Amino acid sequence: MSGSANHQFRKAKSLIASLLCSVAALLVIAPLGLIFFYLLRSGLSSLNVAFFTNLPRPVGEPGGGMANAIVGSGELLALASLIGVPVGVLGGVYLAEYGTARVNALLRFVADVLNGVPSIIWGVVVYGLIVLPFKSFSAYAGSLALGFMMIPLIMRTTEEVLLLVPGGYREAALALGISRWKTIVHIVMKTASKGIVTGVLLALARIAGETAPLLFTAFGNRFWNRSLAEPIAALPLQIFTYAISPYDDWHRQAWAGALLLVAMIFLINLLVRFLTRGRAARVA
Amino acid sequence: MIETLPAMQTTRVRTVDFMQPLTDQPQPDAPAFGVKNLSMWYGAKEAIKNVTIDVPAKRVTAIIGPSGCGKSTFLRCLNRMHELVPRTRVEGEVLFAGQNLYSPDVDPAMIRRRIGMVFQKSNPFPTMSIAENVLVGLKLNGVRDRNLLNERLEKSLRMAALWSEVKDDLRKPGISLSGGQQQRLCIARAIAIEPEVLLMDEPASALDPIATMKIEELITELKANYTIVIVTHNMQQASRCSDFTAFFYMGALIEFANTAKIFSNPTRRQTEDYITGRFG
Ligand SMILES: Nc1ncnc2c1ncn2[C@@H]1O[C@H](COP(=O)(O)OP(=O)(O)OP(=O)(O)O)[C@@H](O)[C@H]1O
Ligand SMILES: [Mg+2]
Repeated sequence: MSGSANHQFRKAKSLIASLLCSVAALLVIAPLGLIFFYLLRSGLSSLNVAFFTNLPRPVGEPGGGMANAIVGSGELLALASLIGVPVGVLGGVYLAEYGTARVNALLRFVADVLNGVPSIIWGVVVYGLIVLPFKSFSAYAGSLALGFMMIPLIMRTTEEVLLLVPGGYREAALALGISRWKTIVHIVMKTASKGIVTGVLLALARIAGETAPLLFTAFGNRFWNRSLAEPIAALPLQIFTYAISPYDDWHRQAWAGALLLVAMIFLINLLVRFLTRGRAARVA
Repeated sequence: MIETLPAMQTTRVRTVDFMQPLTDQPQPDAPAFGVKNLSMWYGAKEAIKNVTIDVPAKRVTAIIGPSGCGKSTFLRCLNRMHELVPRTRVEGEVLFAGQNLYSPDVDPAMIRRRIGMVFQKSNPFPTMSIAENVLVGLKLNGVRDRNLLNERLEKSLRMAALWSEVKDDLRKPGISLSGGQQQRLCIARAIAIEPEVLLMDEPASALDPIATMKIEELITELKANYTIVIVTHNMQQASRCSDFTAFFYMGALIEFANTAKIFSNPTRRQTEDYITGRFG
């Protein structure tokens, strides 16, 4: 009797536990659904050709777009990658291939702290470092802030995927009289290349929507910037400016911009999915 | 295994056998390696203890001994692969082509081009095709000549007895081959840079009997051109394909002689105990 009651009790417990987990899982998925639902409902209608090709127009004048912000974001991300990718990847290589346990522990700690630094702090730092001395907001300043954010992200993912490369490949290459550096570049990094690219893409997806570090570095621009030394428009900044304005057509544009941004990030993540699936298949 | 040996005997082995000079070693005219009083430490642990041995050129030398006795370690000392492990230290010298491998002006990468290595676990590079795997050593060491590369590709694969099986699939990934083929691919990769010596660490221990036989035949053929040192756990393998056999025990060289002699009439007790299966 008591054995059976015990059994019933355990079954009930297990049922409750799986129910709670299902609810939690739903709560994870729900926000993404909500985001897409709202963005599509409010932004899709404004996502027309003019949005991609025109500059912002004054309030009330129809046909304004975010061409400069879209291109600006592209420029900022490209420039940021120019800083973040080499430094981050080389840092990861150092951690995985060269560093001693002590130095590595320190570097990892620093990288983890940096990963946790609120993004606006990066804006402040670059404001002091670049904007004040050169007396101008600029694309350079904006990308430096974003680049700084990419470094610790890329460094840690690069380290992780390099450490996944079996030591046997390193040994085999070194035993062929191939130099250490060539072994790292042509054997280890090549084997882990998909993982490294994945790390870079995730870092890009992570910073693509950052607004805070751009507020007083890239600053934003209603027109095309003539050089990278000038303030530059960026999608998140433009969304921010439009969203806090009191005008309805600017609100609609902000929705469209947000939709575009989220779609971009979603696509990057899909690409990452695709890449990592290939990698998992190869390891197995 | 080692732990089950009585303590007394261990002590006797160390004081009597290990320290006595081995006067019955073969004396080849031109040894490939002249190893003199080689000792090697992992941190504080002495893994190779005062080993002196002349490894004959253009012959197959088998290294046998119980697990953990330092066979792999000794092999790695011969092309300085042991340096990849942090906090290792060697004493003594290894003469190769008249030069001490450990002298400070010797570049380990240069040494490894002349002294190739094949590992227990076959490890073709997963990003590379069969052809790229064979040629990677040449290419990354700066060889650009197309004709030379093509010629070396076929020659190495033929020597590794793999050519007929892969000649139509040279662009396929190296890891698409079977385990035995992968190991022969690794041998082809090692001989493509035309080293003088091949060090093989249990090259067939992960293979089935047929693949093992192929590797053994290959070793017998390769010895015309190469000095081969092979670590093996398989007594039959050692007796089948080696000319000389060295028995290691607890980091020391116990006995080194003609393979036939080692297996029929060993001088030392430990050797006899080991090959008759009384331990290890
Ligand atoms: N990387 C290392 N760090 C520290 N000690 C090691 C390392 N590699 C080997 N050793 C030690 O050195 C000794 C010899 O090891 P080695 O791998 O040379 O033995 P082996 O004869 O090849 O054994 P097996 O037949 O199992 O391959 C062992 O006691 C082992 O614990
Ligand atoms: Mg071993």
